Amino acid sequence: MESLFPLGIEQYLVGGLLVGLGISFVYIMTGLVSGVSTAFTSTWSFFSRDTTSFFRREKFLSSRTWRLSLVTGLMLGALVYLVFINGGESTVTSLSMTRLFFGGLLVGIGTRMAAGCPSGHGICGNAMLEKTSFISTVTFLSVGIVVALLTQSIF
Amino acid sequence: MHMNTKKHIAIILGGTLFGFGLAYSGAAVPEIVLSFLRLEDFGLVLVIGGALLVTLITFQLIPKLLSKPLLNGTFATSSRLSVSKWNVIGAAVFGAGWGISGLCPGTSFAAIGMGNWPILIGIIGMFIGAYVYGTLRNKGLTGIE
Repeated sequence: MESLFPLGIEQYLVGGLLVGLGISFVYIMTGLVSGVSTAFTSTWSFFSRDTTSFFRREKFLSSRTWRLSLVTGLMLGALVYLVFINGGESTVTSLSMTRLFFGGLLVGIGTRMAAGCPSGHGICGNAMLEKTSFISTVTFLSVGIVVALLTQSIF
Repeated sequence: MHMNTKKHIAIILGGTLFGFGLAYSGAAVPEIVLSFLRLEDFGLVLVIGGALLVTLITFQLIPKLLSKPLLNGTFATSSRLSVSKWNVIGAAVFGAGWGISGLCPGTSFAAIGMGNWPILIGIIGMFIGAYVYGTLRNKGLTGIE
């Protein structure tokens, strides 16, 4: 057990259950599914004038404001953790700007192409027993592991 | 209070719990995500597993118990889409970015809340990536959504 979880299991398990409760709260109150990555596309719709554009599809126009509320909540919740649990002490990543930017770029393209990310497919879609979400989850986990191991051996 | 205002407050509250959970779990720290992807620490399985357990119960049970959400609207249910090649290609592209950076959309926003400012570069990358994908769709690329 210790070798599988060098930092223990409490933080992971409690954190995961809280994530599930947050997503459940949104669903019980509004019926909406808290996938995060759609916010990247729906936010671009504010800047798009062309009514035939992909960014202005009904799905994005009708959800763009609540998706910004969800993102605001994500940042607020982490801020609450920072201030009340972690004593205001933030840790800054040591990963290079290049890795963060190009990683983020692929995350943006890939999640939109697959119509979902770990929250949309990995948690919500799987909880709805969607076949597409199961396939997506298995794929991004496998590729993620291979690329992370390769990146580690190269850099 | 206007129904739409209540809806936004509920989403911000739920999102806050979601973001707090991501911060508490460590999943908002890219180094911890990378240690999972390098198979050094399996904690992330418990994060996704714990969240999945709770949402599985909610999504399967609540629509049977309530006729509609507490603030009106309708419960989103499975759309039973058939698997497209784009699910696989897109998830593979995302997986590559995840493996390079340890970032995913939800955890990146939580990282900003935790004061991990360089992650903003990753979020800018994600917005540009979504723009690139939308532009490809406008130029005739097929896909889902």
